[in-house]
Amino acid sequence: MSPRIPGADLPEHPDALWRNPEPKRSYDVVIVGGGGHGLATAHYLAKNHGITNVAVLEKGWLAGGNMARNTTIIRSNYLWDESSGIYEHSLKLWEGLEEDLGYPILFSQRGVLNLAHTLQDVRDSVRRVEANKLNGVDAEWVEPDEVRKICPVVNTSTDIRYPVLGATYQPRAGIAKHDYVAWGFARRASEAGIDLIQDCEVTGFTTQGDRVTGVRTSRGDIAAGTVALCAAGHTSVLTDMLGIRVPVQSHPLQALVSELLEPVHPTVVMSNAVHVYVSQAHKGELVMGAGVDSYNGYGQRGAFHIIERQMAAAVELFPVFARAHLLRTWGGIVDVSPDASPIVGRTPYENVYLNCGWGTGGFKATPGIGWALAHTLAHDEPHPLVAPFSLDRFVTGALVDEHGAAAVAH
Amino acid sequence: MQLIACPWCGPREEVEFTYGGQAHVPYPDDPAALSDEQWAHYVFFRDNTKGRFAERWNHSAGCRRWFNAVRDTTSYRFQRVYRVDDPKPVTP
Repeated sequence: MSPRIPGADLPEHPDALWRNPEPKRSYDVVIVGGGGHGLATAHYLAKNHGITNVAVLEKGWLAGGNMARNTTIIRSNYLWDESSGIYEHSLKLWEGLEEDLGYPILFSQRGVLNLAHTLQDVRDSVRRVEANKLNGVDAEWVEPDEVRKICPVVNTSTDIRYPVLGATYQPRAGIAKHDYVAWGFARRASEAGIDLIQDCEVTGFTTQGDRVTGVRTSRGDIAAGTVALCAAGHTSVLTDMLGIRVPVQSHPLQALVSELLEPVHPTVVMSNAVHVYVSQAHKGELVMGAGVDSYNGYGQRGAFHIIERQMAAAVELFPVFARAHLLRTWGGIVDVSPDASPIVGRTPYENVYLNCGWGTGGFKATPGIGWALAHTLAHDEPHPLVAPFSLDRFVTGALVDEHGAAAVAH
Repeated sequence: MQLIACPWCGPREEVEFTYGGQAHVPYPDDPAALSDEQWAHYVFFRDNTKGRFAERWNHSAGCRRWFNAVRDTTSYRFQRVYRVDDPKPVTP
């Protein structure tokens, strides 16, 4: 009897959701980075602008970086007009995304509570709620007894180290299944004729004057009409090759999940002061995120004491979690900008566009930035939604300072 | 937990230290002479090296003194610690 091939009796692998083509030698648009932002940009280039001679180059596998490592929180309750503009646009796209992609993404609008623990937190939170309302973003201030109604497992007793003095609540916020989101975008982009090229690392650029003529990759040189950099934590590696300085610092950002539990946590809870954010995924695992590790790091892992601190915060806020077992921790590489806002738009090279600096919050922006960056590439002009996030704001001083202001945990 | 070798105190746990970002960024000799762009680069722009990176650390829960280190940002391994007034070492 001949030796059996292991797994030969298993069912066929399902049909792939996208083609796996050989790179062509030239494209109108080359997107560097096959994560959420790159794939969404590809989708909207095809769908909204009919541009399909496009390659998405990914050095690893599709959506294997931060897209596979985030905590999937989606919200738009940012303080400043510029931020709520892009994030609210993104949230509206999320609301129709399942239909647009024809693919289930398990988008669940279960609301987000951003807890306030000090009087200053309360003042900042109420201010943000009012700013959100003026910008058409759903937001309300809720008192501790309402927090208890929305999320009964939060410890609202007054004798804890960081008592809950109230929270902002955005009912339309929620979570989605990150892999399905990436796959949905990839499938649609591939169907439209866009080449998604994995295992293809950009190793350099060919330039002529102030234009980039192509990218050098581990799979050969590829000529490009326009280049969009969507490489998140590795942006600096690319811009260093181009000789462009970009004010981002790459940090490890860790998250973790517990074992699967019965439904206990009906919403999303974030707390800046004690530094944890928690939701319960559809399968039942508690998903918790931490703040960034303080030092620069490209290692996709962080230090254990960060997790320990984050767990201490979680158990303080949610005593019921104390006996849950931690299943898995991981880290991504987030590119943090000086004002905690993204950097999108022109570079000193006239046909190279930048999309980076989303720091700890890029997932929620996926459809929004894909949509706006596609428009930017198609019209060779930054869309008004991303125009405020230009690289030159660090020279002009027109910062969009969302540090702390936006309920962003850094 | 990673141990960091403070040049004055010897190896101590990472939680005792505070990160200070890129080292060897001198204050401009003549700040008033800088253009907006040069000033922006001094204030906001720092190298974001993947690999060996010279950076500042403070032993904040120990001797509270600053020092510099060369650390690999992919492995997080410290390769050299040195005084802030020493030149950037050439590491192999």
